[in-house]
Order: sequence, then structure tokens, then C-alpha cells
Amino acid sequence: MNLTLEVWRQENSTTPGGFVTYTVRDISPDASFLEMLDVLNDDLVRKGEEPVAFDHDCREGICGSCGIMIDGRAHGPQKGVATCELRMRCFNDGDRIVVEPFRAKPFPVIRDLIVDRTSFDRIIQSGGFVSVKTGGAPDANAIPIAKNAVDEAFDAATCIGCGACVAACKNGSASLFVAAKVSHLALLPQGQAERDTRVVSMVAKMDLEGFGSCSNTYACEAECPKEISVSNIARMNREYLRFNLITQK
Amino acid sequence: MTNFTQFFRSTIGRKLLMGFTGLFLCSFLVVHFAGNLLLFRSDNGVAFNQYAEFMASNPAIRTMEIGLFLGLMVHIALGIRLWLANRRVRPEQYKVNAGSDTSSLASRVSFLSGSILFIFLVIHLRTFFVPSRFSSSEVSMYHLVQDAFASPLYSLFYLVALALLGYHLRHGFQSAFQTFGLRGKRYLPLIEMVGFIFWFLIPLGFAAMPLFFYFGLS
Repeated sequence: MNLTLEVWRQENSTTPGGFVTYTVRDISPDASFLEMLDVLNDDLVRKGEEPVAFDHDCREGICGSCGIMIDGRAHGPQKGVATCELRMRCFNDGDRIVVEPFRAKPFPVIRDLIVDRTSFDRIIQSGGFVSVKTGGAPDANAIPIAKNAVDEAFDAATCIGCGACVAACKNGSASLFVAAKVSHLALLPQGQAERDTRVVSMVAKMDLEGFGSCSNTYACEAECPKEISVSNIARMNREYLRFNLITQK
Repeated sequence: MTNFTQFFRSTIGRKLLMGFTGLFLCSFLVVHFAGNLLLFRSDNGVAFNQYAEFMASNPAIRTMEIGLFLGLMVHIALGIRLWLANRRVRPEQYKVNAGSDTSSLASRVSFLSGSILFIFLVIHLRTFFVPSRFSSSEVSMYHLVQDAFASPLYSLFYLVALALLGYHLRHGFQSAFQTFGLRGKRYLPLIEMVGFIFWFLIPLGFAAMPLFFYFGLS
């Protein structure tokens, strides 16, 4: 496959960026999108040019490092995959593909396609944890948990924190990410001790980091590589209201 | 740890208020629609005028009117505020925006549809509410309606505005329940059913009114 790429190039967070057009040749349809970028970078290095910087780590869709806006879609046109799992067979020979970084104020561009997503880390630090007793390892399955709670908690826990929800949202809202973390822990017995403070702290931190508000367009759910349901956002809202309107003295 | 002001300053608190005022305004639509059905009675507007007179003079209705106005103001002010805040989150826009692949248009343009509805509302109040309440003329409400909808342009404007109202509520009604945290498997069918009444049947019923008068069926 031969492709034309319009890639966002930006030296660092303070200099303005712009699109640069590249062509890549003889790309295997079985290559992943990142492997295609590897080929491009190999060409650039051979020519003595600066390679395109992009985030990646596991390349099997579980780390949440990669995340690129491809033709206006977070992680590209394929549903339920991260950029590293996106195959070039989703495109046609001769296609022109626009490659941009995830854009949101709380995700400033570090370089080219790499954005700083530490705002997510700070949200997690504010409440995305459980307190546990240290000491001997507990028996597995010692705490009985209802099957549906386990299933729902696990579905929420599959969030890899890639930021596609923020990138896809017209408001740059982090609601799906925060909701996944809140849901995951609120559904399990281990998460009960901090249940109220967690949702309050994480929502406050989300707002403080400058993410937008949710207007229920559900673009996040459509773009999430883990297909996390927006029903988690409803649960987060419920948890938040429960504390503010009922539990709080 | 947190108090009510903090709650309503959070994005979720603001959205809650947005949804609450939105549904409150929806409840007004039901009352307004039910009363306006009297327009279809072939009594030359006697019953409708009596109803209009009652609505204008009853102290309980007048009090609720203030609540309605406040609700509308909160809905508008918060809408503008949230819209402005959300715009600031993405100072640099995407070159390619494929929003239509991932979300419904109605959900993405509710600020625009709401803004146009506001213009409609001002004109609507100027035509019916202001003359009947603030002018000394003795023209009945029924005659105001007859006069207004004799104009093809004015009637057409109403049809467009009502279509927009339906579009606004297509997203807004069910969205409020998501914000309240109630849009789950259990309530979804009910929300969609009642939502259909609000975004389709009620605007359709309202649209029948200008058509009814324009085509001289009264």
C-alpha cells in the first residue's frame, strides 16, 4: 500500500506546530498503524530528518500509551482498538490520512503526536485507589462478590487511560475515564471505604485540571478502544449525587 | 468536606441543574399544549379565551410564571456558561472532525438549537404574551392567534421553530436522565417512550396549530 500522510509536527509545547505531508510506500496491509509510522520514521532517519515522535509501549492494546487522532477519529476508524492494534487494511491504497495528536488543554502537546496525559495520573492520585492491609497475602476469592458486580466492575476496569474519550469529546470531557475508575471501585467491596470521598475528589480534580463537562453526546463510548459504556458516567453521576444530596451530613 | 455551593460549581452539579431546569421547562410544555388544544374547539375561541383569561389572572399561575421564567433564565445562563467553558478546553481544533461517525448531530448542536429557540421564544412572547398582558387593547387571545397565523411567513417560522424544539428535546430529554444517573437498562425504555412524547408528539401537536389557522379550519 502507498499512502500520503499529513502529520502534525511540533517541536515542543511552546512552539507552534503544523502539518507536514509525507508519503510511505510498500506498507503491508497487515502492518499496524504504529508499524507504518515506524517505516516512515526509518525513511526519515535515513534521509537525516527528525523522526515523528509518537507514544507507544506494549503495542498490544493494554498499556494506553498510544493514542493518535487519525482522520478525525481517536485511534482511527476501527472500533474497539487502540492505535497499535489498528491494521492498515482498514485503509485503501492511495489514501490520504490526517494524523494529529489528541487535543485538549489538559493534554498539552509535548512533541509531534505525543501529549502530556499526567492530568489523568493526578486524577487517579486524588482518589482512584483503595486502602488495603499489608501483611500476608489474602486468600483468592475470600470476599464474596455478586457475579454481575464483578462483571460490571471488570468492564469498567478495562479502561487503559489512553485519553481517547477526552480526544473524541467535543467538550474535551474526561467523564468516561473518571466514571470508569469510580465505577470499577464503587462496585467492589474493597472500594467501599473511600466510596464517597473518591467520587468527590476525582470529580473535583477532573474539573480543576480543566476538562470540559459531559453533554452526553456519547462520542467517548464510540471511540473507547475498550468500549467502556457511558452507563458508567450515569453511575458516576449517581455516586456524586448520592453523596452530595443524601449521604453527606 | 463539600457544601452545596461547591456542588453546584462542579461540572456534574451544573449539568444536574441544567437537566433539572430543562425537565421543568418540559413540564410547562405539557400544560401549554393541553391548554392550547382548546384552539381546536369550534366555538369561535370562547373556551380558549376563558382559559387565557384564567391563566393571566389566577395568582397561583402568576406565581408559577415567575418560577418558569427563573427556570428558563437558569437553563439559558448555565447553557451559555457551560458552552463557553467547554470551548476553552480545545483551543486548537482538529483538522479533521469526524463527529458524525461517533455521536448524533442533535447531541452536538443543542447550544445552537437552544439559541435559535430563544429567538423564537422572544418573538413568540412578543406576539402573544406581551400584547395580552401589557397592552390595554381588548383584542382577545384567540384573535391574536388567528391574526398571527394568517401570515404564511409567520406560520412557517413556527413550523421551523417547533421542528428545532423537537430536535433540542430529542437530545435534551434523555440526556437529563443520564445526568441524573438514571439512564440505565431498567429505565431506558421508559425514558425513550416518554422522550418520544416530548420530542415528537408535543412539537407535532403544536405544529398543528399554525397549520389549523393558516388553512382556515377554525
